[in-house]
Amino acid sequence: MTLQRRILILVCAVVLLAAVGVLAVVRASSRADEKNQTQAGGPQITRGEVSLAPDAAGRRIVFRNMAWGPHRDELATVPADAPQGPRTASGVSCLRFHSAAGTGICLQADKGGVQESYRAVVLDAHLKEVSAHPLAGIPTRARVSPGGHLVAWTVFVGGDSYAGTNFSTRTSLLDLRTGRFDASLEDFEIRKDGKAYRNADVNFWGVTFAADERTFYATLATGGQTYLVRGDLAERTVTTLRENLECPSLSPDGTRLVFKKRVAGLSPDAPWRLYVLDLASMREAPLAEERSVDDQVVWRDDKSVVYSLPGDFGADLYALPADGSGAPAPLMASALAPAFLG
Amino acid sequence: MYVADSRGTPAPAVTPEPQAAVPGISPGRRAALAPTVLALGTVSLITDVSSEMVTAVLPLYLVAGLGLSPLGFGLLDGIYNGISALVRLTGGHLGDRLGRHKALAGLGYGLSALCKPLLLLAHTLPAIGAVLALDRTGKGLRTAPRDALISLAAAPEDRGRAFGVHRAMDTAGALIGPLLAFLILRGAADGYDAVFTVSACVAALGVLVLVLFVPGRRTEPAPGAEPVSLRAAFGLLGLRDLRRTSLCALLLGLCTVSDAFVFLLLQRATGIADRWFALLPLGTAAAFFLLALPLGRLADRIGRWRVFLGGHLALLLAYGLLLAGGAGNGHGTVLPYAVLLLHGGFYAATDGVLMAAAAGAVPEEHRGGGLALVQTGQALARFAASLGFGAAWTVWGPRPALAVAAVLLAAAAAACALLRPADAMEAESPESAESAGARAD
Repeated sequence: MTLQRRILILVCAVVLLAAVGVLAVVRASSRADEKNQTQAGGPQITRGEVSLAPDAAGRRIVFRNMAWGPHRDELATVPADAPQGPRTASGVSCLRFHSAAGTGICLQADKGGVQESYRAVVLDAHLKEVSAHPLAGIPTRARVSPGGHLVAWTVFVGGDSYAGTNFSTRTSLLDLRTGRFDASLEDFEIRKDGKAYRNADVNFWGVTFAADERTFYATLATGGQTYLVRGDLAERTVTTLRENLECPSLSPDGTRLVFKKRVAGLSPDAPWRLYVLDLASMREAPLAEERSVDDQVVWRDDKSVVYSLPGDFGADLYALPADGSGAPAPLMASALAPAFLG
Repeated sequence: MYVADSRGTPAPAVTPEPQAAVPGISPGRRAALAPTVLALGTVSLITDVSSEMVTAVLPLYLVAGLGLSPLGFGLLDGIYNGISALVRLTGGHLGDRLGRHKALAGLGYGLSALCKPLLLLAHTLPAIGAVLALDRTGKGLRTAPRDALISLAAAPEDRGRAFGVHRAMDTAGALIGPLLAFLILRGAADGYDAVFTVSACVAALGVLVLVLFVPGRRTEPAPGAEPVSLRAAFGLLGLRDLRRTSLCALLLGLCTVSDAFVFLLLQRATGIADRWFALLPLGTAAAFFLLALPLGRLADRIGRWRVFLGGHLALLLAYGLLLAGGAGNGHGTVLPYAVLLLHGGFYAATDGVLMAAAAGAVPEEHRGGGLALVQTGQALARFAASLGFGAAWTVWGPRPALAVAAVLLAAAAAACALLRPADAMEAESPESAESAGARAD
């Protein structure tokens, strides 16, 4: 092949590929408008007043609305007894969110600048910003304690090279009573098998708080193994309780944890099943969900939990009895990061 | 543009002047770079733009686009590491065996290019994990044959420069990729599919440049030489110089603290705000980009092993700064820049330079397998070092662990100063014929 011919082929290919690329970008930007149009058959959403305080009108679910339309990614509410019904959108956007007792924690993208950046924002009951904290990575978990005095969040640090092994998480704790901020749980003393433990590869994620506003549970990963830890905010310690347990979530009555567990024999890409652990007997039992759930569940009440699975428009929520009986039931489409209010 | 330039000068630019061209002895002009090197550098640049675009937005896509957690997928990572090492050795050996490095490299690049449109279809963590595993297989497959092509195309006394140019172009792609991805995301909110589509187009272009502009010559076996058998490939370590090269790479690799720890230690020493943490790898890459060519040239002039060892001294200095830092805060502003500059300099003085040095220790017909051997040895040593450093951190804490790593690194560098093979550049006159042949298609 002559040089001229090769250059000709290259030029043609560059023109063609450039056209495809430009078309993709143009289509995506016009589709961004399309995503701002309400999808046919989707939930009805209107802008309105959203409060995190308990409401005399009954329990509500507040969540990240993922349905297409002008209020995509905004916090929205629905009555807990009519989750498929019309949604009220707040105008506040969050990637991850949790709320309890009138306090909200919203992990959001910080627009501006070429590089994406993120921040954690503490919200009061009227969704007003109380404080904001820059984040070192991409938000994945957020929790508020039952009394609304403690907040915790986890970010995923990495992404500089998915071909490398650099992966870590950072979990931060904030005490709203004292203003005490712990940038990383890794500064807490770790007690493993009765001894003080230290390792560079320690990672924490997925905090869940107890009602005493002091005790918490979380996941600790080290040496290729995950552990359930119980933390004490006053002593600044975490103690390992059990192996192979991720993203615990404490029941409202404080007696059980639902968590995801790596089950041997499943595909390493989708290894998780939901389990419930009774804290008094330390006995665990599987829940009736056959799919791999990569989420920290939320308790709807003392009997059932809610979690997300990938769906047609972002994620969908499902509800499931917490005792291993029954079957998963769709709760809401196009929703993520729910919290039950009131 | 590089492509047009490289093909626009079809003159036998790579023919080295006989012995007079030996670095340090020859005065005056240097030969132009082999077109193959520029073409391969262009392919790497384009491919890195493509892959780093995806890398930069992938965690964001998982969380913001799909509502998944990237945690689970990060933990998958270790599984693929072992595969990657095996694939690399296979790619190097097959390239030698078939005498077709270009075909193997093309297969690797093609496989990775195919993964980008597949990302448009994969919406669950298992599917995305499978696509990334395939992408990594492609990367493992192409690395050794590509380096073999570079080493075979460059005149022996110019190899340091050739690898320097290649690594600089490669890193430039890695710096451009994320920028392009975020520009697209700014133009089209939530346009992850647009990022993947553009990335696929860019990757396809890279493969095309490889097919069109990298000469696909077969390496003719030397008269009377045995065919490249698996057994001969295993026998490569019988070569004294290659054995010593591998040993030095292994020894120094065992004393190298992995990047993640360096960035973590840097943050601890200086208290860099969390929001800047993700930018630290970019600092290292920028220094690597700026220094790769000058240090490659220096390696040709004063000897590759000197520069290779010098690179490790730069790393040692970086460890020293990290150990000294954090005590007082007076130099807190300079420290990150100095450490990242030294860290990038370490890569610039070692990554391509080691391949340039190793190429001289492997006969032409085993080039791919030999280079793969050195690379795999180094990669495994660094993996072991990472585990060892983690254990030392556990037992002694970060600063003592770093101090121990520094002492070991100094000892290993001293050992390698004695162990290293003689700089092989001067003993390689027969290669002038083959490098002249590199311009023929």
